[in-house]
Amino acid sequence: MHTLSITQMAAGLRERRFSSVELTQALLARLQVAQPKLNALVTLTEQSALAAAAVADASLAAGAAGPLCGIPMVHKDIFCTEGVLTTCGSKMLSNFVSPYDATVVQKLKAAGMVMLGKANMDEFAMGSSNETSFYGPVRNPWNPQMVPGGSSGGSAAAVAARLVPAATATDTGGSIRQPAALCGITGLKPTYGRVSRYGMIAFASSLDQAGTLTQTAEDSALMLRAMAGFDPKDSTSVNSPVPDYAATLVDSLDGVTIGVVREFFDAGLDAACGQAVRDALRIFEKLGARLKDVSCPNLPLSVPTYYVVAPAECSSNLARFDGVRYGYRCENPRDLMDLYKRSRGEGFGAEVKRRIMTGTYVLSAGYYDAYYLKAQKVRQLIAQDFARAFAEVDVLIGPTSPTAAFPIGAKTSDPITMYLNDIYTIGANLAGIPGLSIPCGFTGGLPLGLQILGPHFGEGRLLNLAHRFQQETDWHAQLPAGWG
Amino acid sequence: MSLTRKDIDSIAHLARLNLTDAEIPVYVQSLSNIMNFVSELDRAQTDGITPMAHPMPGLSQRLRADEVLEIDHREQFQRNAPQVAAGLYVVPKVIE
Repeated sequence: MHTLSITQMAAGLRERRFSSVELTQALLARLQVAQPKLNALVTLTEQSALAAAAVADASLAAGAAGPLCGIPMVHKDIFCTEGVLTTCGSKMLSNFVSPYDATVVQKLKAAGMVMLGKANMDEFAMGSSNETSFYGPVRNPWNPQMVPGGSSGGSAAAVAARLVPAATATDTGGSIRQPAALCGITGLKPTYGRVSRYGMIAFASSLDQAGTLTQTAEDSALMLRAMAGFDPKDSTSVNSPVPDYAATLVDSLDGVTIGVVREFFDAGLDAACGQAVRDALRIFEKLGARLKDVSCPNLPLSVPTYYVVAPAECSSNLARFDGVRYGYRCENPRDLMDLYKRSRGEGFGAEVKRRIMTGTYVLSAGYYDAYYLKAQKVRQLIAQDFARAFAEVDVLIGPTSPTAAFPIGAKTSDPITMYLNDIYTIGANLAGIPGLSIPCGFTGGLPLGLQILGPHFGEGRLLNLAHRFQQETDWHAQLPAGWG
Repeated sequence: MSLTRKDIDSIAHLARLNLTDAEIPVYVQSLSNIMNFVSELDRAQTDGITPMAHPMPGLSQRLRADEVLEIDHREQFQRNAPQVAAGLYVVPKVIE
């Protein structure tokens, strides 16, 4: 039963083929066996999971259960979970037991989902390979020598290995879509403001957005419906009704115009990856969609723009970790300055420190206009490129990532090489638009991902295209060897 | 552009980060590379472009009524503190 999707598990629960407690027990056992192999989790919450599953079984028996009731899942360890260790993949928070639940956690709990644990991730979500975690790298279920992508690497590996049918994740520059592509699963980053950021540990507040990692677009539609919505506790939460995404999954693609972004097919794109995306475009054409060439000329500047804006926001957000109120504190501080500096110097890992310093530099006196303000202007140009494109087409399609998964250790020595993994995903964060990655092929036994981007609040259309594609193909149903 | 050891010392101080002797040359190199990389932005023509202040067009920061919504959680929050005494956070002596 562990290979079932959310939708299939929900049917099994209703038909009494198994209970949520049985499902939970089976998946907890798999998570335990998988942990030394994949390192997908930071914390396993066995007892609370079994208790929640028993409550879900009671709701199911009473006939009062929604579509997610009794379905096991894991939360990325960036989401605060009351009474449970919440580390954000950092030594800084390796002792932090959250006093409250994130809104996303609360909403999925209310929907009856059963949390089995907290997923490993790049430290403070800063990374594209899950190698910056204080808890060690996560391994890709398709090949344990390879990275799963990042920063939501633990969430992605857990879903790909069928340890859970679904996981939450966050995306600041591609951290949902890139690991989805590298692990062969479906990853959705909603519109900025669609899902509450309350209780989601902040990295870059104008870019951070929570979303889903699942086997299928159909499952993602169910989860997004439960997670999304206005939250007064998030000052940038958008107050607009949440559509029934499941209701539009099977909509016809007749007359839908797909923009093929020229800049996405650049010199850095792996040939097999480019070919898989082109083959996928033929399928969308067969389903009734029309293709149109479009250009977003400023898109190639998205990575340098991001590496000014995101570090600037991170340096400000991470100033809260002071070794005084919570988190790591150094031994025997000489004075207050020594306490701050050593607690932060010892508590943060190398990449987090690099980003804090980059951000501090670009915001410092004399450099603010040249870097930060300039980057915010280029960000405006990138957003305008997308707005112009969406005046002509319904969605944009391209590759999610320039290559398939790469070996652990291959890119850790050169930060810029690592940053360029997100070249196709970062634009959506800068512009606040939704993006979705679905499996579209393989190269050398490793999955490849296709990205669909839409205008603000276009999630329904993205899920519709992804669902129709998944009904025509079985890339998303392939399982990594040994995890079936 | 090339940053010096002195630049890194000063940035690390502003960011309240203690760096080890082994870390400093690594950051001299990687921050120099990053600043060179982001200088690509100079190529963009941005005269008359308004800097983007919010990822959602037309939206600005929402305000709420000034009402008390939370009760005191001090005891609960201080369970995560490295050192507390009598409900206060303890730090090294600040005034000599």
